[in-house]
Formats: sequence, C-alpha cells, structure tokens
Amino acid sequence: MENILSILVFFPLVAGLLGFLVDKNSIRVYGIAVASIEFILSLWLWMLFDTSNAGFQFVEMIPLVPDFGISYYVAVDGISLFIIIMATLMTLIGIIALNIEKNIKNLIITLLFLEVAMIGVFVSLDAIIFYLFWEFSLVPMLYIIGAWGGERRIYAAVKFFLYTFAGSLIMLIGMLYVAYVYHSVSGAWSFAITDWYALVLPFEVEKYLFWAFFIGFAIKVPMFPFHTWLPYAHGQAPTVGSVILAAVLLKMGTYGFVRFSLPMFPDASVAYIMPVAILALIMIIYTAMVAYAQEDMKQVIAYSSVSHMGVIIIGTFAMNAEGITGSIFLMLSHGIVSGALFLLVGSIYDRRHTKLMSEFGGLASVMPKYALIYGIMLMASVGLPLTIGFVGEYLSLVGFFKVSPTLTVLAGTSIILGAVYMLTLYKRTFFGPVTNDANKKLMDLDGKELTALVPLVAIVIWLGIYPKPVLVPIDNSVKALTSFMHEKAHTPKAKATILVSKTTREVK
Amino acid sequence: MLEPISVSLESLNLITLSPMLIAIGGALLILIIDLFKSDLDKTLYVILTMLILFVDFGATYSLAINERGFFDLMLIDGIAVVSQLIILIASLLFVPLALTASNKRFHEYSYPEYFALFLFMVAGFQFMVATDNLILMFVGLETASLSLYTLIAMHNTRGAHEAAIKYFTMGALAAGFFLMGSAVIYATTGSVELYEVAKILQSQMDKTGFMISALGGVVLMLVAVGFKVSLFPFHMWTPDVYEGSSAPMAGYMSIVPKLAMVVVAMRIFGVYINLDIQAVSYIIIIIAVITMTLANMMALVQNDVKRMLAYSSISHAGFVMAALALGTTKGNSSIFLYYGFFLITNLGAFAMLWISRHKKKSHHERYDHPFSKFAGMVSKSPMAAVIMAVFMLSLAGVPPFSLFWGKLYLISSVVDYGVATDEMKYIVLAIVMVLNSAIAAYYYLKLIVYMFLLSPSEDETVVYANQSRPLNVIIGILAVTTILSILYVQPLMEFVTYLVSSSGY
Repeated sequence: MENILSILVFFPLVAGLLGFLVDKNSIRVYGIAVASIEFILSLWLWMLFDTSNAGFQFVEMIPLVPDFGISYYVAVDGISLFIIIMATLMTLIGIIALNIEKNIKNLIITLLFLEVAMIGVFVSLDAIIFYLFWEFSLVPMLYIIGAWGGERRIYAAVKFFLYTFAGSLIMLIGMLYVAYVYHSVSGAWSFAITDWYALVLPFEVEKYLFWAFFIGFAIKVPMFPFHTWLPYAHGQAPTVGSVILAAVLLKMGTYGFVRFSLPMFPDASVAYIMPVAILALIMIIYTAMVAYAQEDMKQVIAYSSVSHMGVIIIGTFAMNAEGITGSIFLMLSHGIVSGALFLLVGSIYDRRHTKLMSEFGGLASVMPKYALIYGIMLMASVGLPLTIGFVGEYLSLVGFFKVSPTLTVLAGTSIILGAVYMLTLYKRTFFGPVTNDANKKLMDLDGKELTALVPLVAIVIWLGIYPKPVLVPIDNSVKALTSFMHEKAHTPKAKATILVSKTTREVK
Repeated sequence: MLEPISVSLESLNLITLSPMLIAIGGALLILIIDLFKSDLDKTLYVILTMLILFVDFGATYSLAINERGFFDLMLIDGIAVVSQLIILIASLLFVPLALTASNKRFHEYSYPEYFALFLFMVAGFQFMVATDNLILMFVGLETASLSLYTLIAMHNTRGAHEAAIKYFTMGALAAGFFLMGSAVIYATTGSVELYEVAKILQSQMDKTGFMISALGGVVLMLVAVGFKVSLFPFHMWTPDVYEGSSAPMAGYMSIVPKLAMVVVAMRIFGVYINLDIQAVSYIIIIIAVITMTLANMMALVQNDVKRMLAYSSISHAGFVMAALALGTTKGNSSIFLYYGFFLITNLGAFAMLWISRHKKKSHHERYDHPFSKFAGMVSKSPMAAVIMAVFMLSLAGVPPFSLFWGKLYLISSVVDYGVATDEMKYIVLAIVMVLNSAIAAYYYLKLIVYMFLLSPSEDETVVYANQSRPLNVIIGILAVTTILSILYVQPLMEFVTYLVSSSGY
C-alpha cells in the first residue's frame, strides 16, 4: 500500500462523483458507507504507519508542472496522521448524525468533496497542491452553510468565503516569494515544502514572509482580530457544517503554523512569539468572556472553540516539544470535543427548534443520557483531568511556561473561565426544575444520535486516560521538528528559545 | 525614367502571409458562393468558416519562427504565432455557436456576409500581431475594428445599434490617437519600424528633449491601447457595448481584440521598457492598478450579469497590463497563458448567458440578464448551474480551475520581479492584485449565491430554451478544459514560454 494516501484523497472524490447516480432515498446509506470505508482506510494508514519513524512516510511524488516546480507530492508524518484520522472520523460521525431531509443528496456529495479537500490539505507537501486543497475546501463549506443554514446563512457563508480567500491569497504571495528565492538559490523551481525547509533565509526576509503566512493561517484559525467570521458561520451553519468546521477546518490554520511557519521561519517565529502570544491571550480571555455573555447555546460553544484555539496557538509558539506536541494533541481533542458539543446542540435544536438557554432548564431529569454525554463532553472541553482535553491543554501550557510563566498563568485562566461559562451553561440547561412545559416530553437521544456520540465519548475517555498511542508518534515527529528548527535557526535568540527536549514521556 | 525594381519572389517570403491570406481568401470564397447561389443555409457557412479557420490554424502553427517577410513588414516571431493561435482557437470556439441560434432571434447568422466579415476581422487581428511596423499594425487594427463594428450592428436590436455606434466612435478616436502616436514616433525617430525605433532611441538616450517627445508618442499610444484594451479612464464604453452585443460576441470581444491590442502594446512599450525607461512602466502600472480596482468596485454594484462580466473583464485587462509593465519573459509568457485560460472561462461564462432568456422582455425592465433571472437555477437545470458556477469560480481564481493557473503564474512573475530587483513596490503591486482578486470573488460569488442558495423566482416568463446541441457541446468542451486544466498546464506553459523567449520578449 505505497499509495494509500492517494487512495485516501481520491476515494471520496470518485465516490462523490458516482454519488450523483445514487437514488436520493438511498444516498444516506451510501454516504455512511463511503465515509466508513474512508475511516477504515485512515485507520489502516495508522496500522501501516511506522511509529518509530519521525520523518515523512508513504511519500508519493508525481511532477505536474515540472517547469514551474509544482508536483503532486504527498506524505504523512506523526503530526498529520492523527488529524487525518480525526477528519475522516468526524466526517463519518457528521454523516451518521445527519437529520436533514432537504436536498440530502447534494449535502452528502458536498460533504464527500469537502472530505477530499480536508484530507488533501493535511497530506500535501507541495505548497501549491496544499493551496489548491485549502482553497477548494471553501467551496463545499460555502454551499453547506449557504444552502442548509439558518436565517442569515448567505451573509455568513459569503463572509466565511471572502475572509479566508483574502487571507490565503496573501499567503500565496508568500509562497511565490519563497519559491522565487528557492529558484534563485538553487536554479530550479520547486514548491515542495521539504525543499523549502532547507532554505535558510535572512531575518529581514523571514519576518515579512512570516507575516504573509501568518495572515493566511490566522484568519483560518481564527485568531483575534480576524475571528469575527466564525461565530456567524457557526451560528448559521447546519449541525454537520459546524461539526466539520470546528473539528477539521479550523485545524488547517494551526496545522499550517506547524507545517509551514515554524520550520520555514524559525527565527521570525521566535522573534514574534510575544505578539502572537498576546493575540492568542486576547483570544483566550476575551472570547471566553464573550462566551459567558451569550444566550445562545451554540454561540457559547462557538466562542469557547475560539478560546481553545488560542491555547493551541500558545502551545505551538512555545517552540519546544512539549508545547507543540500538546498543541497538536489539543487540535485532536478540540476537534472531537467541539464536534461532539455541536452535535449535542444540534440534537436539542432538532427537538425544540431553539438554542436559547433560557428556554431550557432541568433537562437532566427529562433526558438523562443526553445530560450525561453533554456533561462528559463539557468536562473534556473545560480540560478536566482524565479526559482528552486535559492532556493537550496541560502540555501546551507546560511548554509555554518555559517561554513566559506570566503569560502562561494568564493563558491558564482559559481553564477557569472555561469552567465558568460551561458550568453556567450546564446549570441553566440541565439542572433545576423543568420550568418550560415544552421540555417535559422531550425524547432522549435516539439510536442514530447515540451511534454518533458514544464512540466520541469512548475516545474522550480512552485518550484522556491513556494518550500514549497517539502521543508517541506525534512526539517523535515534533522532536524531529524542533531539533531541525534548532539546527536551522541562526539568530542567537532563536537558538536559545527552541529547546530540543529529551523527555516528555513522564506525561502519560 | 524610373529604374525598374527587381524583387525576387523568395525575398518576399510570402509564406509569412499565408495565414492571413487563407482567412481573406476564405472570406472572398464565402462572398462568391453567396453571389452565385443566395438561398443557402447558414450551416454551410458556419462549417465553411470553421474549415477555413482550421486551415488557417494549421498554417499558423507550421510557420517558422523569427522570420521576416514581405519587404520586412511581416514579423513572425514567437508572440506573433502564439497570439494568432489563441485568436484562432477563440474564433473556432465562437463560430459554431452560430449553429445554435434560431434564425428569428439571431438573424445576423443567416447572412453570409457575417461570416465573410468575421474572417476579414480575423485576418485583421492576425496582421496586427504579426508585424512590428506601426503602419501595418494600424491597417490590421482598422480592418479588424471596422469588421467588428459591423458584426455588432448586425445583431440588429436597438441595443446593438447603440453598441456599434458607441464602439465605432470610441474606436475611431482610438485609431486617431494611434495615428498621432505613430506620427510622433516617426517624427522623432524617422522610422515606423519598431526595431529601428529601438536602435535610434538607444543612441539618443541622453538627449532630454528628444526623449520627452519620444515619450509623448508613448502617451498617445497608451491612450489608443487604453481604448482598445479598455483601461481606465478609457473603459467607459465597455459595459454598454458588451450589453448591446449578443452574449457570445461580448465574450469574444473580451478576449480577441484585447489580446491583439495587448500584443501591439507589448511590442511598442516593450521597446521603451527594454531600454529601462522607468516612466513608461510606472505609467502602465498605475493605470493597471486603477483599472483593476475601479472596475472591481463597479462590478460589485451591477445588477446585470452581463455588465458584471464586462466590468470583470476590464479588471482582468488591468491584471494583464501589470504583467506587461514588467517586460520580463515570464511576465510576457504569463500574459499569453492568462489569456489562454481566460478565453476558455470567459467565453464559457458569456455563452452560458445564452441558455436562459425571458420569453418576453417586459419593457420596464432595464436588463437582459438580471441576477434575479438566475435565482434558484440549480433546481431548474442543475447541470447548467454547476457549469456556470465552475466558470465563476475559475474567474475568481479558485483552484484547480483554469484561470487559477494563469493568475498564479502572472502574480508569480510580478513577485519574481520584485524579489529580483529588490523593489518593495512590486510586492505591494502583487498584494494589490491579490486583494483585487478577493474583491472580485464577491461578485462572482454573488451569482453563485443566486443560482444555488436562493429560491427560484416566481416569474413564469423565464424559460431555459436555448439549449441546443452545438451550444451544449461547446460549453461542455469549455467546462471540461476549465476543470481539468491541471493536466495541460505544463505543456501549455512550456510551449508559450518557448515561443515568447525565442522572440526575445
């Protein structure tokens, strides 16, 4: 299975195209079947993956435009492996939990195309192919939000598209710049990221390029002050759209930092730790406060999602193995937890057609299973030990502690603030007497929803207690990354900051 | 008594004229056939025109590169060949669309003269790009333009007449400026051959007064180019003329006449840019930036899809001019690559306007193709909506559709120039260009939003009637080439770069 990555990328594409032939009454099962096969393929990738090898595996390279150095160049390492598995898992879960009847055929096919783009982004090692998938992911998402969303769906969809499109075009200039520098140094055109890694740039150049890439990634994450598109997108998107958006699409931004910014511009990354960290801190604290002020359950989760993305950024910019490993693990846990929370909000919305917390109260007595799963996911989101959320958040913060204890303390408030708004949400929704008559006869979770949610609960607890199988491959690749960055950095400050760590294994 | 001049036939190198002669001969053939038997169907003429264009294409493709001929008037270099090929491909895609139209609505195609004029126009464009003599450029320009005015007018609606006259007036003005510019260049350098002009300019670089008058010629030329390529502030005619012409004609006009004029501009301004006269490239860049930004702003507020596409093609012309100002091989190659991809996408987008129409145009409505007409198109004809969306995404520069590659290469040439010369302002230019792409994405998305996300209008007069087989085939070809562009980027890039660099641009 040398070309399993190509199969992973193109299987949903072929399946999506063939999906047009499937009757619309059978398309749900078709979607679930395709997404399951894709998920199993990604698990198989994990089986085949050599966890002791920190480098890129399953490399495939086919020149597409040799004159301009563009090639179909895909590979996977410990950093991208689990994000891919999470992407296939969340797509599967999203399709299983789907309860939209209108134009379901278009929706399923769109989701399959979206899956192509998502997997493509995480396996590409050629900047142009990466960019291609990155941009292409906007189109299905635009359609999902715009066609199945809420009242202001078109505004939200267009805003989402334009924000990301503008940002990534700036990033494209950065890519073209690097490509030309590579061309003038080596005499050949190449957009292969691994070729670019070898390029040692003067700091003056690095700093501009860093910000060019930063804009592209930061809008996607989304970092303060570019985050305003996200609450709209989440607020208007259908449940499955929110799940995929929060779980996978946002991770493209943070993944981009790890894949591009850090190894390509280690000096600039170190030099701008502080501005980036301050933006991340504003994200963490400000959006947590905004989340507390929301009346709409989905908005609370949307803002909490932004807030947690801040911790991921903090971890990434810790510039040591703990922080980066933690941030990647947090990407996974955030994907699963926020995906599950959006699913949960979606199922209550389907029952009551409202997401306002004031409409609920005492749901724990009416819907005990729902309350239980909600509670577990909520705790994982807050970062309670023994849940998946704790591991990544803790590691990220430990990593950043070496950079700045003060800022880490501030960032740690994310856990406290998170507990504040999440527990408030839980209290208002689930505890107390059932005040609203409409809630008295609510159905508990049905089989479909349980099928979607129970695996996520299992993962949350399994990886919370025993994260090692996932952490070790990530950690290997991250250590290789940090030692590479340490080697490449040429400013003294960067050399000193990028720590080549020897131990992270004590966190188990 | 005059000495007889003996000219050997070989020295004329008549083969360089063969493509144009084929087109002209074909046009005459059509006229003669009409003379003898006048009740022939248009299908004959369409197919005949296509065959002539095919032969023309073959003749152009087989031309030896870097040849001069016909008293050195003709210059067959790489850009002459590549631009003629693009012109011929666009014509080949345009002509069969005539098969589709009903004789009642698009009666212009029932006249054989239409096809004769069309071939004359093609020959005119071919002359324009295959010479570096200012006079022959002018002759080609006028041959092509006069035919084009007539072609527009033959659509024979009130809008078409208005468009033709507007275009004619503006075109005449542009021609005047072109002549004035040529006169000034001739007056200062004593030659209308651009390679001679370049030599003389080079030897006179240190004379300020001389250079000022030579630059005066450039400014007049720039006005002429500005009118024809529709650059700010000479772009005013474009939306009205496009709106008045039939939709495929508008698509054709957004590509072929502009490309021919861009090649002329490349030859004329190239002389100055190669001599490192910075003022010329700065003027062009400033005009290009204003053109793309202003046209984008205007496109944002249009209510009519055709007018929106007209403004968008102005903005694309601005893009191309920015690359032209660089004077690098990559910049010039990217222009042809860009036009190649733009041809596929834009012709497709305009042709798509044809498939839907109002059964009866209510006279209080100002527009033929308002956005509302496309509302909910996906539920009525999903395939058409998807194809239109592909064209729109391609125009917006979303990968992997064709125009993305054009844009990528074009912006790359700007960035390269900025890095190579270490001039920050070219990077800024690249940023302005991509921001314009982002703005442009909004109005392309607007159409997608109408087609996919809004519910269909209740208006019963909207019918989707004009879907005939030829139109479907052409649009199918255009859509497939747009979607699968990644497969042929490499050979195309190689071919274009080879031709452009071999002619020294």
